[in-house]
Amino acid sequence: MANISIAEIVDVQKLNLFVLLVLFSGLVLLMIRLAEKGRQMFVRPLAGLKALEDAVGRATEMGRAVLYVPGIDDVKNIQTIYSMVILEHVAKIVADYGTPLIVPIGKAFVVPMAEETVRQGYLNAGRPQDFRSDNVRYLSDEQFAFTGAVNGIIMRERPAANVFLGSFYAEALILAETGFMAGSIQVAGTANIHQLPFFVVACDYTLIGEEFYAATAYLAQDPKLLGTIKGIDVFKGLILAVLVIGFVVETLGFTGFSRLIAGE
Amino acid sequence: MRSEVPMFITLFFGLFFIISAFIVHPAYKSAAQELNNWTLIIISFAYVLGVINVARIHAKKLEERRPGWAYSVMTLFGMLIMIVFGIFVPARLYGGYETGSLFSWLFDNGQVPMQATMFSLLAFFIASAAFRAFRVRSVTASLLAVTAVIVMAGRVSVGELMWSDFPRFVEWIMGDLQTAGQRAVKIGAALGAVATGLKIILGLERSYFSGE
Repeated sequence: MANISIAEIVDVQKLNLFVLLVLFSGLVLLMIRLAEKGRQMFVRPLAGLKALEDAVGRATEMGRAVLYVPGIDDVKNIQTIYSMVILEHVAKIVADYGTPLIVPIGKAFVVPMAEETVRQGYLNAGRPQDFRSDNVRYLSDEQFAFTGAVNGIIMRERPAANVFLGSFYAEALILAETGFMAGSIQVAGTANIHQLPFFVVACDYTLIGEEFYAATAYLAQDPKLLGTIKGIDVFKGLILAVLVIGFVVETLGFTGFSRLIAGE
Repeated sequence: MRSEVPMFITLFFGLFFIISAFIVHPAYKSAAQELNNWTLIIISFAYVLGVINVARIHAKKLEERRPGWAYSVMTLFGMLIMIVFGIFVPARLYGGYETGSLFSWLFDNGQVPMQATMFSLLAFFIASAAFRAFRVRSVTASLLAVTAVIVMAGRVSVGELMWSDFPRFVEWIMGDLQTAGQRAVKIGAALGAVATGLKIILGLERSYFSGE
């Protein structure tokens, strides 16, 4: 058998990244364990998520629907998968209020997933009979055909609340501005930072970056999920500490620290 | 078993693809590539579900003569024409999807201009959104408005005429101030994505499994 070196199996250039990934995962698991043991975890209130229930309430009062757009990306994008998780919570709230929920889909593969998710939300609310599969609508895989169709829904069916949570691109502002013109209350959230300014301007509430990924922890108040949020916070503290140390030692002329972090 | 099997599959393939980012061995790499190809094949099957969804919703709307049913006629007609000419009609009768086919002609002369029209609306929406964003209502809104005016002025030739170092000043705002803030959001979002992936792989977040 020929001798095989480690470098032929493992990408040594990425070892630093691997170590950080293991460290971060360990930290998150530790925080989950602490949360399960009863450690109180404070998560600052997110106005956007609190507004979700208010928005559904408003839609109920007006006798109009709630529109939930889970982005335009495929399920290979973690934002789309996570948007499905939030969708279940929204579907449950909507089912509790007895308000119609419209879910336009921009990728065919997301259709069965969204249908099952909304069905589950209605089931969790104890109202499976109210679930209407016709309200999970596949529109088009083409970006602006999808945008045009969603705009059509906003202008014709006039949903009282629009929720945009997921991965959005150039259509973000077109959708949000149309919703603004239709007078809908709007909650948006994405991790695509180039679209965040558009949502901030056109929507009533925006979940910025990591806030989007904190949604279910906040909505479900599950200790395990709150633990992951704390894990992220602690790791961000570590990153800040590394940045400050790096700034000081580089300023003093010691370059070993930055080389160590870079994995050289 | 109903949730354990999907959870095991998620865990196995989740770890497989995470590890594939750190492995350079050709056998492992080709296995990952092969699995990615499987994903594409599975995704292509979902289009059948998509077509059924569109047909069911619009046929029902048409049947019940709900408001806007005429749009449903156009949607179904368009879908039918594209499917029939793209798949079933031979190339000598302008079928298929190569250049010169009806499918290609309709796409290039119907779909593409309509999409371009939607995209071009963005310019007007940016103007109306910017008008609201730059209204001076608070200290932070004032800072935003002033910075926006400086950046816009520095990006056009008249800015350089006013002050020769104006473009460099704008580059400093964009490259140092703006990028620092943007990276902070980016780091937070990236950590959130990793933590979410971990939650899903470990089955902590499994509400997307039907029956949970």
